[in-house]
Amino acid sequence: MSETFTKAMARNIFYGGAVFFFLLFLALTFDTIQTLPKRDHRENITDSVVRGKHIWETRNCVGCHTILGEGAYFAPELGNVYKRRGGEFIKGWIKSQPTGAPGRRQMPQFNLTDQQLDDVVEFLKWTSEIDTNKWPPNIEG
Amino acid sequence: MQFKSQAVAKPYFIAAIALFAGQILFGLIMGFQYVVGDFLFPLIPFNVARMVHTNLLIVWILFGFMGAAYYLIPEEAETELFSPKLAILMFWIFLVAGALTIVGYLTVPYATLAAMTGNDMLATMGREFLEQPLPTKIGIVIVALAFLFNISMTVLKGRKTSISLVLLLGLWGLAIFFLFSFYNPSNLVLDKYFWWWTVHLWVEGVWELILGAMLAFVLIKITGVDREVIEKWLYVIIAMTLITGIIGTGHHYFWIGTPEYWQWFGSVFSALEPIPFFMMTVFAFNMVNRRRREHPNKAATLWALGTGVMAFLGAGVWGFLHTLAPVNFYTHGSQITAAHGHMAFYGAYVMVNLTMISYAMPMLRGRSANSPSAQVLEMWSFWLMTVSIVFITLFLTAAGILQIWLQRMGETPMSFMAAQDQIMLFYWLREAAGFVFLLGLVLYIWSFFKKGEVQTVA
Repeated sequence: MSETFTKAMARNIFYGGAVFFFLLFLALTFDTIQTLPKRDHRENITDSVVRGKHIWETRNCVGCHTILGEGAYFAPELGNVYKRRGGEFIKGWIKSQPTGAPGRRQMPQFNLTDQQLDDVVEFLKWTSEIDTNKWPPNIEG
Repeated sequence: MQFKSQAVAKPYFIAAIALFAGQILFGLIMGFQYVVGDFLFPLIPFNVARMVHTNLLIVWILFGFMGAAYYLIPEEAETELFSPKLAILMFWIFLVAGALTIVGYLTVPYATLAAMTGNDMLATMGREFLEQPLPTKIGIVIVALAFLFNISMTVLKGRKTSISLVLLLGLWGLAIFFLFSFYNPSNLVLDKYFWWWTVHLWVEGVWELILGAMLAFVLIKITGVDREVIEKWLYVIIAMTLITGIIGTGHHYFWIGTPEYWQWFGSVFSALEPIPFFMMTVFAFNMVNRRRREHPNKAATLWALGTGVMAFLGAGVWGFLHTLAPVNFYTHGSQITAAHGHMAFYGAYVMVNLTMISYAMPMLRGRSANSPSAQVLEMWSFWLMTVSIVFITLFLTAAGILQIWLQRMGETPMSFMAAQDQIMLFYWLREAAGFVFLLGLVLYIWSFFKKGEVQTVA
C-alpha cells in the first residue's frame, strides 16, 4: 500500500466504518422489530405454543432437524411439517420412535405425555404460519 | 519467549489440541451415522454427537484464542502479564466446566440435564451451538471477564500497540455478544433474530478481529517486516470485515420471518464479505515475500500462508456461493451450508490457532523452532488436514447440489429421506476424507514429540 495512505487513515476508516454500520444495523433492527408482529402472528402464541417450544429445546430437536432451515441436516425440516403431515401424524410419529429399522437413522423415544405432544404440535403449527417469504421452495422442506 | 508469564499460554494450547482431537473423533462418529443411521444408537444419538462435535470446536478455539492472547499480549505490551495466577486458575475452571459439560451431554438425557441445571428458571438451552447448560454459560462469562480483566490490565500498564488493541476489541466483542445467548424469547422469530447476534457477530465479526491480530503478530515475528506496514494492513482488513460483515448478518434474515428488505441488505453486503478474506491472503503472501529475515520456523510460515488461502476459500468463496437470496432460497439449510461451515471454520479459526501454536509452542519450549524433522512431520500434517478438508467440502457440496436438485427443484420433489438415500455415495466419500484428516491430526500431535536437533533461543 502506498506511503500516502497512512496507518492513522486506515485506523480511522476502521473505527468510522464499524460505528456507522453498527448504527445502521441497529436502525434496521429497530424497524424489523416494529414490523415483526404482522409477520410472526404473535397473537397466536398461546401457553401451549410456549410450552411446545420449551419441549423442542429441551429434547434438542435442532440437533438433528432444521426449523426454518436452521439446525442440523440429519433429519427433515420441521418448520412446515405441520402443513406436510398434520398434527395427528406428528404425534403418532414421535410416539412410535425409534423405528429400529436396521441401518436407518434413528430418532430417540422421548416418552412425552399427551399434553406435551399437543404442545409440540401447537408450536409446530404456529411456526408453520410464520411469513417466511415463501420458503421452503416446496412442501418437502 | 521474552517474558516469563507468557508460559501460561502453554496449558491453553495443550488443552486446545486435546479437545481438537475429541472434536474430530465425534465428527467421524457423526459422519458414520450419516451412512449407517443406527450406528451407536441409542448410546450416542446423532444430536448428542453433534453437540459434542460443535461445542468442543467452540471451546478449543476459545482455549486457542486465550492462549494466543496470553502469549501475545505480554510481548506486545513489553511487560509481564498482570496476573499469571489468575490465568492458570481460569484455565482449570474452564477446562473442568468444559469437561463436565461434555460428560453431561454423553451420560445424561438432555431433558434431564436441562432440568438439573436450572433451565426451567432461565431457559437458554437447546439452540444450535448454544446447547450448554446455564452453569456452563455463566462459567464462560466468568472466565471471559477474568481473562479480559487480566489482559486489559496488562495492556494498560504496558506498551499499547495496534495489534493488542485490535485483539482486545475482538475479545471484548466476543464476551459482549455472548450475552445474547441468555436471551431466549418464546417467539421463535425473535429468538432466531438475536441468536445470530451471538453466532454471526462472532464468526463473521469480532472473531475476525482476533484472527487478524493473531495473524499480524505471527507475520511480524516470522518476516521481520516493519510493524507500521503490517498494522496498516490489519486495520484495512478489519475495517472491510466490519463494514461488510455487520449488515452481512442480513444473509441469515432471508427466511426466518424477518422483512423482505433483508434479502437486499444481506445479499449485497455479504457478497462483499470475501473482500477482507482475499486481502488477508494477499497480505500474508505479500509480507512473506517482503521478509527481512529467514525465520527457522518454516512450519509456522506455512500455516500462516495457509490460513489466508483457506479462510478465503472456505469463508469467502464457499460463503459467496450461497449467500445471494435467490440462490439461498434453494440452498438454505442443505448440505451446502455444512460444506461451507466445515471449510470456513477450518480455514479461518482452526488454522489461525494452529499458526499461533506452531509459532509459539517451540518458543514456550525454549527453542526458536522445532527440529527440521519435526517440522517436516508438521508440514505433512498441514497438507493432509488441509487437502482432506477440501475434499470433505467438495463431497458435501456435491451432496448438497444433488439434495437440492432432488428435494427442492423439479415437478416431483422427493421427500428428505428419499433424497438422502440417493446421495449416500458422497457421504461415504466424506467419511473416508475424514479418516485422512484424522491421520493428519495424528501426525500433527506426533510432531510435538519428534526429537531432533533444535536451535535454542539465544
